[in-house]
Amino acid sequence: MTTRSAKRVSPVRDGVGSSPLRPDGVPKLRGEFEYAQDLTAENMLWGATSRSPHPHARILSVDIGPALAIGGVHAVLLADDVPGRALFGLEHPDQPVLASTKVNYWGEPIAIVAAEDEDTARRAADAVVVEYEVLEPDIDPEEADAQDDVFRRMKIRRGDPDAAGSVVVEGVYEVGMQDQAPLGTEAGLAVPDGHGGVDLHATSQFVHVDQEQVVASLGLRSDQVRAHPTGVGGAFGAREDVNLHIHLCLLALHTGQPVKMVYDRSESFTGHVHRHPARMWYRHEADDRGRLVKVEARVLLDGGAYASTTAAVLANACYFVVGPYNCDNVFVDGAGVRTNNPPCGAMRGFGAVQVCIAYEAQMDKLAEALDIDPLEIRRRNALHRGDPMPTTGQIIDTPLPVIDVIDSLAAMPIPDSAATLPGGSGLTTEKEHVRRGVGYALGLKNLGFSEGFDDYAQARVRITDDGAVVETAAIEVGQGLVTVMAQIARSALGISAAEVRHVDTSKIDSAGSTSASRQTQVSGGAVLEASQNLRDRILVHHGGDDLSDDGVLSEGEVIVPMAVLAAEGWSETVTFRHPPTFAPDPDGQGTLHADFAVAGHRAVVDVDTELGLLTVVRVDTAQDVGKALNPESIRGQIEGGILQGVGLAVMEEIITEDGVIRNPNFTDYLLPTILDAPDVEALLIEEDGSWGPFGAKGVGEPPTISSTSAVLAAVRQATGREIPRAPVRPEDIAL
Amino acid sequence: MSALIINFTLNGEPANARVLAPLSLLDVLRDQLELPGSKNACEQGECGSCSVMLDDELVCSCLVMAGDIEGSRVTTVEGMANGRVLNAVQQAMHEAGAVQCGFCTPGIVVAATDLFEANPKPTTDEIKEALAGNICRCTGYGAIIRAFEDLAGTT
Ligand code: FES
Ligand code: FES
Repeated sequence: MTTRSAKRVSPVRDGVGSSPLRPDGVPKLRGEFEYAQDLTAENMLWGATSRSPHPHARILSVDIGPALAIGGVHAVLLADDVPGRALFGLEHPDQPVLASTKVNYWGEPIAIVAAEDEDTARRAADAVVVEYEVLEPDIDPEEADAQDDVFRRMKIRRGDPDAAGSVVVEGVYEVGMQDQAPLGTEAGLAVPDGHGGVDLHATSQFVHVDQEQVVASLGLRSDQVRAHPTGVGGAFGAREDVNLHIHLCLLALHTGQPVKMVYDRSESFTGHVHRHPARMWYRHEADDRGRLVKVEARVLLDGGAYASTTAAVLANACYFVVGPYNCDNVFVDGAGVRTNNPPCGAMRGFGAVQVCIAYEAQMDKLAEALDIDPLEIRRRNALHRGDPMPTTGQIIDTPLPVIDVIDSLAAMPIPDSAATLPGGSGLTTEKEHVRRGVGYALGLKNLGFSEGFDDYAQARVRITDDGAVVETAAIEVGQGLVTVMAQIARSALGISAAEVRHVDTSKIDSAGSTSASRQTQVSGGAVLEASQNLRDRILVHHGGDDLSDDGVLSEGEVIVPMAVLAAEGWSETVTFRHPPTFAPDPDGQGTLHADFAVAGHRAVVDVDTELGLLTVVRVDTAQDVGKALNPESIRGQIEGGILQGVGLAVMEEIITEDGVIRNPNFTDYLLPTILDAPDVEALLIEEDGSWGPFGAKGVGEPPTISSTSAVLAAVRQATGREIPRAPVRPEDIAL
Repeated sequence: MSALIINFTLNGEPANARVLAPLSLLDVLRDQLELPGSKNACEQGECGSCSVMLDDELVCSCLVMAGDIEGSRVTTVEGMANGRVLNAVQQAMHEAGAVQCGFCTPGIVVAATDLFEANPKPTTDEIKEALAGNICRCTGYGAIIRAFEDLAGTT
């Protein structure tokens, strides 16, 4: 991996620009790190959930008697036992905490139980007797669109609808439902405080919003509920929505005992939202040099039974419908519809992934129609800083090195490698049936929350006997936020002894969500400002000119030792906001986004056209990172994100049949193993000017936006087939 | 149902467990013996996050019935380090940035330690073969492969 145009790096040890070892690495390697799954408490009960076996049914009656009759069962609760708001939801509450009259998706919770051990709790959940009137599930998103059963419609109207190019390409594209499949399932422990309140320790990406939802549904005062950050085994969007959080708190307060709940893998498939399946109709018109004249698109996302974040995902899909390309005339109609399929919501990439599969296929079609090199057509259309976004008209006023990404990809050598034999040791073909393909794709994504959302993060920096301590409620899900926040504090303070400590929702204001690639920029921004303010205050107060691990310096001499600073109790709390964004006008126009990032991928695949199997040999990438605060950690995001993109391209799909998930387990929902992992060469492109700390941009999502599209492009090149769908299936490529 | 007391060696120490229901070794380790390092991510033998050594064999503890381990030696991730010092596999993973969320990590530590004990200089293909049963959702495996290539001295 290489980094271009590195900026001056601060002299402090393990500051920004370096790649220090993770502070939580050793406990994780020793098996001592505490995940939500591992929590226990004195007198703890186990919770379990009784779920609907039907995707659409009226509930005629519920009998909890048989469940209560089981020895060791302490509580069986139904919708009537929810003392506060009966509904929850991340953007607007539309989902019953427990269903009482009707179920709208397969696996919807109806009753929750607490019992003395896990097995008893599960048996009791199974013993709840529900009488249903089974209804026909609505599973066709087109039908839902026709019925106007939508969570949101989007309209983008920019430019001249009569504009016409000399070349026209069209396509219809489809994306399957992907699961985040974090390795840790949903888990948590709720502990009653003995005064009517509760402490919740559960898997999360955003504890303050969990806390608000618990408060509303339990009908408590805000100060009665504390949500604590806890160890999380991956997230990727799956933990943005509440699932077991309210249930756990209800059971804990009802029984007066701590209650723990852990979803098993199949329950996890119904316990969180998924990436939206999509259908997309596209029409691109270009001039004879390949420059886009007009893009028209229709985007249909299946939101499933409840709102979750469908409205925001749809908006994102529509705003990024063209990709990182200039176009003056853009017309989009989007719908996020309601069906009885599994609810869909946030997953890494958040709408930008689905449209990238379509717009990059369209760019390749244009290139082919005009006989232009695929990278060259992208170069001719590349967005630059200062250009208007093709969809919203927003002037891009932070760096956007689309051209650099393209040029970097073009310059990266493709290492020679022998053709692989897809299928591994068992199912193989002859070398002459293997065709190699190379494909390119670029992706564009917004960073941080958009459309006028008040997106902020609070962080506190204190000087203690251990050095600088950063306090935050920003959730570490594995991405390395605890490492990078400490790096920012070190570089800004000039003190190398710095660590991050998580505190609960009562001790600090919100850090916002660990999503939208935003924490390094937004929580990182709060850490930077708090550290800088603290340093300034300390230096002014003590008349020093520098800070170090030894204390305040003046002309190189220690004038106030660190122990004195610690005893003085220095502390600075900052709430950081990124530049404001605004709601769109009726044509989808306006300054809607705070920042953008671009990445490009080049995939090399070997396709066995006889058996319809393929190997992704390598995926190389160039990514716009602003400033690489921790290059190794970014590389980890890139490699992990690319493999999730490869998964969507070639194997990952939740299969539903009449609304029922047919593969809710790791035997049938295929995940990439180490044998499926392509080689990856990554180039990080730095350019100063973003509002993130030291000019950093978020890096979590860009690796997943166009990696899928690049693989599809490579398969297309190898097979000569259109490949309009992800994931690609054997029957799509066997010739 | 009558409880069965099983005796075995756990991370070098004598241990016993009371097995009532048809419990897996993973359940016994996590819930009874307070060793939560072995993780449960699928309970189907698909992900390897529950990997332990049973006598000299690498197994998915979610697939082993606790009743069957009478008299066996079980070594879990908690038994991999030399006291407070990480073993070579753990140290290599730490330095290579091979840990993100860490939920796959215990299983990978156990599987890779088994590999390096049998074969201190594995090739990249042998590393991949040995870890083919361990799913990691975070890293894309790049840093894991680099960690063990470095350890094998193959780079
Ligand atoms: S939990 Fe045992 S293999 Fe997945
Ligand atoms: S580090 Fe998260 S699953 Fe491997």
